[in-house]
Amino acid sequence: MAGLDELLRSAQEKYLKKDIPDFRVGDTVRVHVKVKEGDKERIQAFEGVVIRKRGGGTDATFTVRKVSFGVGIERTFPLHAPVVDKIEVLKRGIVRRARLYYLRERKGKAARIKEKKEWMSKK
Amino acid sequence: MKGILGRKVGMTQVFTEDGKAVAVTVIEAGPCTVVQKRTPEKDGYSALQLGFMEKNKHESKFPKPLLGHFKKAGIKPTRWLKEVKFDNAEEYAVGDKITVEIFKPGEKVDITGTSKGRGFAGYHKRHGFGGGRRSHGSDFHEGPGSIGACADPGRVHKGKRMAGRYGNETVTVKNLEIVDVIPEKNLLLVKGAVPGHKGGLVIVKGK
Repeated sequence: MAGLDELLRSAQEKYLKKDIPDFRVGDTVRVHVKVKEGDKERIQAFEGVVIRKRGGGTDATFTVRKVSFGVGIERTFPLHAPVVDKIEVLKRGIVRRARLYYLRERKGKAARIKEKKEWMSKK
Repeated sequence: MKGILGRKVGMTQVFTEDGKAVAVTVIEAGPCTVVQKRTPEKDGYSALQLGFMEKNKHESKFPKPLLGHFKKAGIKPTRWLKEVKFDNAEEYAVGDKITVEIFKPGEKVDITGTSKGRGFAGYHKRHGFGGGRRSHGSDFHEGPGSIGACADPGRVHKGKRMAGRYGNETVTVKNLEIVDVIPEKNLLLVKGAVPGHKGGLVIVKGK
């Protein structure tokens, strides 16, 4: 008989997305969100830096921060939610922290994140 | 009426087709074996006695009468043995397996379990008393307030809500919706919370 944690994971299995790209905290991503307007549905993009990833299984979420017209906007998406249509990784960042909350206190030049170039990644 | 025995696995969330997240309790239910039948002719009602989770202990570990009862049904002794009402009990035979497939997504079920024991709990936890305000000169913070009148009746009424043992009692939650059934793993996903600890016995009763 399987353990309880194992059973819980197998219950979530069919609700998990299989096509999520590998992205990390510090990366710049474009999230394609399904927006319902009346009976129509369209895709809206939200672009910014991933400042947090948390949770596992169907509970996993990630938070994206962007600065729009001088105002910082943060949106938290459930990773496996059907409203998240697609996640595009635009830039890889070099960061030393798992939670980039320090970005909230910074703006402009100070809020930049060093970019990780292709040739830097081990392969 | 129909039902199945299961054990609570834990809670998580899943997504519905229209994109909503639903909090669900995962229950590992069945396969249960029919150990005995109750029929209207013999017992005056219709039900099945179900055994859930076979035990691998040596025979000498079980009381002899119980062992004989299981032997009669021709199965190994199980961890749990409970009677569940079934309208169509006569359609089943002793030794038959009851699986989660008796339920379908969208169905409403009642779930019985034993609530988590909280030991000796105070007014606030056991009965939801609010207490007094913390500040603004309040002299009344945590206490129960008045527990009765004066010389008449000169005693505290029976059943007055006070601190005491809380939890570890049979609780039934009614009309929970079945969100999903996973027959390969014997799992039921039920919307909302279910009484009891993880790994505890729950009885899922259908309409």
